[in-house]
Amino acid sequence: MFENLDQIFILLRDMVLGYLPEPLRPFVSVVLGVVAIVAIFPGLFALTTVFERKGIARIQNRLGPNRVGPFGLLQPIADGIKSLTKEDIVPTTSNGFIHFLAPLVLVVAVFMGFAVLPMGRNMVLVDMDCALLFYFAMGASSELAVFMAGWSSRNKYSLLGAMRAVAQMISYEVILLLSGLAVVMITGSLSLTKIVEAQNVYSGWFPHWYIFTPWGLAGFVMYAIAATAETNRSPFDLPEGESELVAGYHTEYSGFKFALFFLGEYLAMFSISGLGSTLFLGGWSAPFSFLTWVPSWIWFFSKLMLSIFVFIWMRGTLPRLRQDQLMNFAWKFVLPFTLYNLMVTALWRFLGEGWERWVVCTVLVIAGYVLLGRVSMRREHFGPRSYRYAE
Amino acid sequence: MTPLTAHLLVAALLFAIGLAGALTRRNAILVLIGIELMLNAANLNFIAFWRYSPHPEALTGMMFAIFSIAVAAAEAAVGLGLVIAIHRHLHSTDLDQMNRMKG
Amino acid sequence: MSVIFWLISAITIAGALFAVILKNTVHCALALTVAFAGLALLFLGLDAQFAGFTEIMVYIGAVAILVVFAILLTRGSETPKDSVYSRFPVAGLVAAAGVFAVLGWAVLQSASTLPHAMQTPSATAKEIGYALVGRYVLPLEILALLLTVATIGAVIVALHEKEGK
Repeated sequence: MFENLDQIFILLRDMVLGYLPEPLRPFVSVVLGVVAIVAIFPGLFALTTVFERKGIARIQNRLGPNRVGPFGLLQPIADGIKSLTKEDIVPTTSNGFIHFLAPLVLVVAVFMGFAVLPMGRNMVLVDMDCALLFYFAMGASSELAVFMAGWSSRNKYSLLGAMRAVAQMISYEVILLLSGLAVVMITGSLSLTKIVEAQNVYSGWFPHWYIFTPWGLAGFVMYAIAATAETNRSPFDLPEGESELVAGYHTEYSGFKFALFFLGEYLAMFSISGLGSTLFLGGWSAPFSFLTWVPSWIWFFSKLMLSIFVFIWMRGTLPRLRQDQLMNFAWKFVLPFTLYNLMVTALWRFLGEGWERWVVCTVLVIAGYVLLGRVSMRREHFGPRSYRYAE
Repeated sequence: MTPLTAHLLVAALLFAIGLAGALTRRNAILVLIGIELMLNAANLNFIAFWRYSPHPEALTGMMFAIFSIAVAAAEAAVGLGLVIAIHRHLHSTDLDQMNRMKG
Repeated sequence: MSVIFWLISAITIAGALFAVILKNTVHCALALTVAFAGLALLFLGLDAQFAGFTEIMVYIGAVAILVVFAILLTRGSETPKDSVYSRFPVAGLVAAAGVFAVLGWAVLQSASTLPHAMQTPSATAKEIGYALVGRYVLPLEILALLLTVATIGAVIVALHEKEGK
């Protein structure tokens, strides 16, 4: 019974395809998958906007939206109606064509990333051999959309915000790639389905998720930092900081186009969390071997929502980093540590099974972190303060 | 027209467009854009020949294209660095004004 | 040939054409990005998935952004006073047309001797990896050296000189 529940979406799709003639089947199967993704993730986005506002409100000791529905849960409907009926203001000196295209390019590039995430057993839209490479290629395409938005607005603040956002995204993209590379090294394949299947093994009760290994934990932390920076979330949200740059690269957008940018940002958060849980947290596999009867897609979406909760928590708690602090951190600390982590992963692979590799790799990771922190993240020592009074 | 011939003609057209851009534009950056187009056209040639070759398992065409992409990225970086440095000196990127060795 | 191939080729050629024709440099860079995307789709149509995704990641994700940054740093987005074409554009056009004529004639002339369609080759990431550290390890190491030197060189060339201003 539970296997049927696990594969329920596959069974539904096969049932629908059974009613159709043979030549139409591949086409309709793909269309059904795409419709499911386009329906589910924006729905999750609507729910997440409420959770974020209520979560941040509670962290800040206030209530959040509570008017529109029980506990404010119908707020997204009100937000949707507002953004659809707002006047679409386009500055007259702006580059109309590019101004129109920028949110579209962003949303398309972000949606493409969902095509390779394995959301359950046998539930991938496209099972590619180079799935991870495809995902990072789509992530790289979304940076250009940010630049298009900032430049076409003919606004100094938009351009500045766009330049900062692009510089930040390029720096942290390298870190994202390298921390995912450690997982690829151990699994031996770029295909996300194979990575999840390699983690779906249990020894006793505990799963072989990569986060439970020393290099996996370090890699996951680096990946989480890079993911927060890639999606311009706090504490890396200087490009769209409300108190700094009006609204950064989406200053000149109103109404539905702004809603599209918002949608793009949250969908990028979902897809990067999905990839993070696929690479390090075991994707759709259950946390304990006695829980494998729960359907696999429930585990995937639970891990996704847990990551979103951590994103919201970080936004409410941590202060914003300045641009130079951010870039310093990326190039001087995180990137060298990611390269060092790759070497520790290689050592893990070649030390063979046993308890030695656990001890050696844990000691190496901690030692590397402490040494690199001491060397590259030294606080500048300012001299005693001197005051100058206006005479 | 076989698929291979069609791909080769598209690559030749792209190469010619890139060459025209590199030869007729004033801005140094647009010359670099033309050069990138030419490199990409050559890559397309390599991949098309690899796909329809009698021994595609040797992967020669694919390897050449991958190395060419990496080298083109390095060359774009250095070229654009040079253009920025020259602009700082001459305050223009007009190639017709860069016809002197005197700094 | 299939309709999709002609559509993607038309988009690629249109992107390349606009990249060399348009007056505003940033528009040229964005048209170039469209050309790169079309080329990546052509690679995917030729069953070279690794090359296609690498093209998107490197060209659209890095080279296009580099070009755009360089345009902004050299004030290229302002409209130029004189024409955007050099003094004798006809010579360049004639040369390019001549090159295309020669290449096209060569391709069509030898069309009967070119190999025909084979079965789909498999170029999985694993095989590419084995080839990179097996047969092509020397080019790989030289490429690593080249990329390091190019990065350091580009930074030094574009660095602000504090003295000697």
